[in-house]
Amino acid sequence: MRIVAVCGLGVGTSAILKANAERALDRLGLAADVTASDLAGVAQAAADAQVVLTSTELADRVRAALGRTGSEIVEVENYFDVEEIGRKLDESIG
Amino acid sequence: MTLPPLPDDGVILAARVDDWRAAVREAGRALARSGATREGYADRMIAVLEEFGAYIVIAPGLALAHARPGPDVVRSGLAVVTLAEPVSFGHPHNDPVRVVVGLAVSNAEEHVASVAGLANVFNERSAIDRLADARSVADVLAVFDAAGAPDPEVSDGARPAS
Repeated sequence: MRIVAVCGLGVGTSAILKANAERALDRLGLAADVTASDLAGVAQAAADAQVVLTSTELADRVRAALGRTGSEIVEVENYFDVEEIGRKLDESIG
Repeated sequence: MTLPPLPDDGVILAARVDDWRAAVREAGRALARSGATREGYADRMIAVLEEFGAYIVIAPGLALAHARPGPDVVRSGLAVVTLAEPVSFGHPHNDPVRVVVGLAVSNAEEHVASVAGLANVFNERSAIDRLADARSVADVLAVFDAAGAPDPEVSDGARPAS
């Protein structure tokens, strides 16, 4: 399973999202490879990803960048709420 | 996990600002004052918000202001600005912002891991409240030290020898 965490630049918030997605997956007992990407590179980064994690604020732009691919977009409100991230990942892939 | 350095002069307490631009500018001032960036970096952080919206407000009350690596980044570093009065950044869930963390990275690949270390600081639910209520630089540094941040006087390997 592949998951891509996306932010505008790929240097700040996506790194935090990646770290906490890995924590959430650990707690759920799920195995996945999580990478970070910027918005400009998301189409390529998510080519073989099941899930794209991003901020609600960026979701529309991620959706537009991905076009008609099979990745599901999961929107996170609080990047430090591992429970929220876990709940949403579980709904999406669990 | 080693965070970018947060020196004492990277902290500004109870800044009085009228809007999000001024709040981000304070973070830029703190990063420049601590030697992490040059002045122009603040404009680039503001441009990120103008381009992508308020997604950098990543938790209730907390904005992570940052921009791409560039020639105006002298070395990687953190800054913390607490606001005397919260301001709106235009985020649907996480406004108003009480704390702005400024981040500069000199190399994106190198720093994804160190930035992820911020998760160790802020996964502690009380961290944002403790920062917003900090009355001294020591109060701020204690929030970061509690999560295993390095001694703030230790610079990272990216700083050129001087």
